[in-house]
Amino acid sequence: MINLEVPKKLRVLVNQARQTADNVFRPISRKYDKAEHDYPIELDMFAAIMDGMNDALEDGGAGSGKLRQGTKDSSQIQNGINMTTVLGLAELCRGDVGLSLTMPRQGLGNAAIAAVANDEQLSRFGNKWAAMAITEPGCGSDSAAVRTSAIKDGDDYIINGEKIFVTSGERADAVVVWATVDKNLGKAAIKSFVVEKGTPGMEVTRLEKKLGIKASDTASISFNDCRVPRANLLGSEEVNVDKGFAGVMQTFDNTRPVVAAMAIGVATASVERTKELLKKQGIDANYKRPAKLSSQLEAEVYQMEAELEAARLLTIKAAWMADNGQPNSMEASISKAKAGRTANDITLKCVELLGTVGYCEDELLEKWARDSKILDIFEGTQQIQQLIIARRLLGKSSNELK
Amino acid sequence: MPTDIQGLGLGLASRFAANPLVRKYGLAKPAEKIAYAATKKGFQLVQKGMAKKNQNKQKDIKALPAPAALFDLSLTEEQQMIRDSVKSYAENNIRPLALAADENATLPESLLEDAQELGLNYFAIPENLGGAGQLSPMTSALVAEDLAWGDFSLAYAILSSSSVVNTISRWGNEQQQASWLPKFCEEHAYNAAIAVQEPQPLFNTELLSTKAKQNKKGFTISGTKSLVPLAGNAQLYLVAAQFKGKNQVFIVPADSKGLIFESSPAMGLRGAEVGTLKLDKVQLDKHALLGINQPQHKAFNYQTFIDSSHLNWCAMAIGCSQAALDYLIPYVNERYAFGEPISHRQSVAFMIANMKIEIESMRLLLWKAASRFERGEDFHRDAFLAHHLCMDKSMEIGTNAVQLLGGHGFTKEHPAERWYRDLRVLAIISGGLQL
Repeated sequence: MINLEVPKKLRVLVNQARQTADNVFRPISRKYDKAEHDYPIELDMFAAIMDGMNDALEDGGAGSGKLRQGTKDSSQIQNGINMTTVLGLAELCRGDVGLSLTMPRQGLGNAAIAAVANDEQLSRFGNKWAAMAITEPGCGSDSAAVRTSAIKDGDDYIINGEKIFVTSGERADAVVVWATVDKNLGKAAIKSFVVEKGTPGMEVTRLEKKLGIKASDTASISFNDCRVPRANLLGSEEVNVDKGFAGVMQTFDNTRPVVAAMAIGVATASVERTKELLKKQGIDANYKRPAKLSSQLEAEVYQMEAELEAARLLTIKAAWMADNGQPNSMEASISKAKAGRTANDITLKCVELLGTVGYCEDELLEKWARDSKILDIFEGTQQIQQLIIARRLLGKSSNELK
Repeated sequence: MPTDIQGLGLGLASRFAANPLVRKYGLAKPAEKIAYAATKKGFQLVQKGMAKKNQNKQKDIKALPAPAALFDLSLTEEQQMIRDSVKSYAENNIRPLALAADENATLPESLLEDAQELGLNYFAIPENLGGAGQLSPMTSALVAEDLAWGDFSLAYAILSSSSVVNTISRWGNEQQQASWLPKFCEEHAYNAAIAVQEPQPLFNTELLSTKAKQNKKGFTISGTKSLVPLAGNAQLYLVAAQFKGKNQVFIVPADSKGLIFESSPAMGLRGAEVGTLKLDKVQLDKHALLGINQPQHKAFNYQTFIDSSHLNWCAMAIGCSQAALDYLIPYVNERYAFGEPISHRQSVAFMIANMKIEIESMRLLLWKAASRFERGEDFHRDAFLAHHLCMDKSMEIGTNAVQLLGGHGFTKEHPAERWYRDLRVLAIISGGLQL
């Protein structure tokens, strides 16, 4: 039965996230935008509170550490972990994207662990804060071109290489590293390894200075003969040229809607604040007259709201499909493509509409316009999402449609 | 959302955590532990409280436990069946007529009579008057999308009468329903149309120049309406007019004296044979005002009437956009340039991807609005935003459909130029249809 409302049972959690955004994140938003590499100590307390919330929830709560594909059961529709996480994170990012990204134990590495780890690994890493290290100086979107190597040596692997753009790479307890076990076997040989903080041979070499999301640390990490036990390899050790990469990529089906949700959060913040400020000027976009009979300013607001609502629903749809065991690769990419570009457009448009007020640091609008850019880049750029969608629609391989 | 007690607590906890003394004296860890335990307990209580509240409610009304209201995009079995049959009708019975109908700007002769087999009129008509008594905006939206996938302007023609049925079933009083609805259940097609649009730039549905006045016999109505479908073959019209300072709808038999239909072909919608309806002091009886003497909760709502029509146009725009995408995918795969299919070029492939993204966007906005309408919830904002988005995106898709076909798209060898023209009406029209 078609219903596109946020389910009642999730409203408690959504409200909780909204309270957090307003009372924890917003008051310190500007502070950590300015103090780029300082750790937001307020978040430890908040993480404890959030663990309490999650553990109290009957179905285990939300968060990237719990994302997984649901099982297909046509008799009963589920609104589960993926939807909960998406809705909760959108609210948190309405508070602050950077702070949401640096929430302990909510790293993308946690999503990878949740998706593919075995029971033994889950017991060791399940409660650790895990970052994800894919990008290298010579490869970004082309993650199949990873050069970092993992060479088997007895019961260990020895990792060598350099990773950049590792979100929470300095603060996390562990890093999930993508490395190839055999450069000659192409992308099928790419495996992911959990490397714990303090492992000899792993070193954080640099912290990036960025356009936005400054509260979140973005690290470069180098691996020099870094020895990791074989038991830290996530997924199957065997190199299967037919399946290979697919397993590693699967994580993205769950995490892309999550990034889309972040985009929706920051765009919502911008639109809400812009409407408030415009109202003080006597401009009330209240849907009374169609855009073509309204002022240009009102028409712009309607445009933003329509795009935002579309992005929001696409994101919930992708999460809903994951919860119900429906293959959602294309829908995950659609949500990420739409939400990423929409959030960037909206936050910039709000700055433009409000003039000096939007541009100066007295308001957070200029910050949101900086923060939002990353959401159209990481976890697959706009262009990568379009490639995925187009290949799927046109029935093309990555060799044909490059 | 105002700060609640939990929000207040969170704010305090955060300020506590940032206090330098807390770090200095090693208070952070123990405090975090307390915070965890307290939150877990408190949160469980909140949940339990909610569960209890829900239980109580159910006991009070002694009803069967309602299915949990979850976010859900699955169609009911019935909706799926209707969709399948409408889609195949569109493919086999509508598509083949579209080209000639557009070229000649003529409604295909047997279209409306044949479309009777879809039974679209029966859904909404109350059971005691011979229908199924299932007025469902959500299902109507699905039907409209699939018909327009067949052809946009022929879908307008087919949906015209059922839109009148939907309107009278929703707002007509008992007398009006009894005198008009059974006519739509007869074997032969009974044709009807809704007339709202007026021929002036910046037309505003709120400021109608068509006016009605009360007199001894009932009402008189005068004005001019445009983009009215069915070539003057309609037997009944629903005409929007200003009456006593409010916007109302009047039931106007087509054989009324002073009513003239003049053909006036447009850039698109040609297969629906649109024209101008002129009403010159048309005398109507006392029962002509839609929903007259209805109790407050069943009273006619002009805003809803307009929103519902916009949603119907949105559904049709989505169907037409989907048709364009379905047509373009094989084309760009088969068309070779520079030694490979043009779909291997990102500039082409990304346009295809964007069409898909925006069609999905439009569809979800429409579904949200239509399902709220169906449940009797306020849906004005949703309809407003859906209409805004569909206007923008479907017209863009119409334009890009021609562009992707290149010079061929500009010719009548392909249907893209028709979609290009038909989809423009999204930015123009109000009324005409009703979910």
